[in-house]
Amino acid sequence: MSIEFLYALVGVGLVCLGLHALIAYAHLLRKILAINVMGSGVFLVLVALARRGGDVPPDPVPHAMVITGIVVAVSATALALSLMRKVNAATGRAELPDQDRD
Amino acid sequence: MAQRDPCMEAMTLVAWTFDALLGVGLSWLAWRALACPDLFKAIVLFIAFGLLMALAWVRLEAPDVALAEAAIGAGLTGALLMAALARLRDTGGVPNALGKRNRAFTMRRTATPTTDERRDDRLPEPSPPGSPATRGRPGVKAFRWLALSLLLALASGLGYTVLSLPDQAQGLQSAVAGHMDRSGVLNPVTAVLLNFRGYDTLLEMAVLLLALLGTWSLGSLPPARAESAPVPVLDTLVRGLVPVLVLVAAYLLWAGAHAPGGAFQAGAVLGAAGVLLLLTGWRLPRRLARRPLRIVLAAGVVAFVGVAVVALPGGRQLLEYPPPQAGILILLIEAVATVSIGITLAALFLGAAPADELDQ
Repeated sequence: MSIEFLYALVGVGLVCLGLHALIAYAHLLRKILAINVMGSGVFLVLVALARRGGDVPPDPVPHAMVITGIVVAVSATALALSLMRKVNAATGRAELPDQDRD
Repeated sequence: MAQRDPCMEAMTLVAWTFDALLGVGLSWLAWRALACPDLFKAIVLFIAFGLLMALAWVRLEAPDVALAEAAIGAGLTGALLMAALARLRDTGGVPNALGKRNRAFTMRRTATPTTDERRDDRLPEPSPPGSPATRGRPGVKAFRWLALSLLLALASGLGYTVLSLPDQAQGLQSAVAGHMDRSGVLNPVTAVLLNFRGYDTLLEMAVLLLALLGTWSLGSLPPARAESAPVPVLDTLVRGLVPVLVLVAAYLLWAGAHAPGGAFQAGAVLGAAGVLLLLTGWRLPRRLARRPLRIVLAAGVVAFVGVAVVALPGGRQLLEYPPPQAGILILLIEAVATVSIGITLAALFLGAAPADELDQ
């Protein structure tokens, strides 16, 4: 197993860690952190697998896609944080209202 | 039989150890950041995680991605998260760093159970969706075990899929390398970003602008509490650092054509300069905060679309630059995009339209 697959497995682990945190925690800021970690995991898998060419330089197309992905992730994070702020202003808590309790 | 070089073997062993430690460090930091009860510590751990990710990108021979991750993924995302946490604390639900709650805001809201106030910032109780806290212990535990086992199954499935991919794979390197002489730049990642896959980049800049529009349309922020006296360290730092950051951004923009760098990395550095300025309490003068600001924000996307369309007459496709002028066109797009991206990121940090903030 070469170094790329080590990083790709770490990426898979990060995706699953983030998914677990996304499901398990109710606080919206934690969910946003979890989604960011999942995104980082996906990027790791993409870039790690781009380096499988052997002696040639790595494939630049996944690199460009990951750069695009990082910028889109920060845009989505910013919008999600604004939505969290509105939810907090409306309900007083940074969690979505639990349906069973209403 | 060739003699195995002990020095090379030692280097490989060192490299493997480093990579293994980096992988373990990344996983551990991510886990701690997500599981930490204190939100402030969680965000700090997440920023550290982002910086280690930048190291991982360098190890994977992706310096452009490393620059973008360090500036945007760790730096700007961390700043956004910190600002959001501070605003959460300001609206009274969560104790601030000094342990005091903002009484004025707490009074305005309807009664909130005190247990919830502690829960917002403290124990990360895994609360499965749709299951009220009054359900008995076994139900919650069973759900958690089910979720964990499903996640483990997903992890093993994904891991198996990744490991079963071929060891050597011919990506698109040769295709990109074959067209580099017509791309107008020397850096393959910049060529892919701005030329071969320019459409994706155009849409990406539109997404960034759209996120800002969404944030602005969500309304203005409550008035910031009266700021304390100016902090000398921050003021001196900003005075010295902002010109350097502008220079670094200009260098990254120029170097992006032949070395790691480019519009997004440069724009992120400009955004960081903007965030520092905003932290000192500086705001855009009123007459610049309406139309001129909006013009600059939209300029990136407009310039990109303009260049894309101007290549049309002459029988070309959209975004197909004529090879002799490709380098100049790419530099033009990147220059306008850098400024636009930097100001968009700083505006995202501010969280509300500056004009709205001024009106309060």
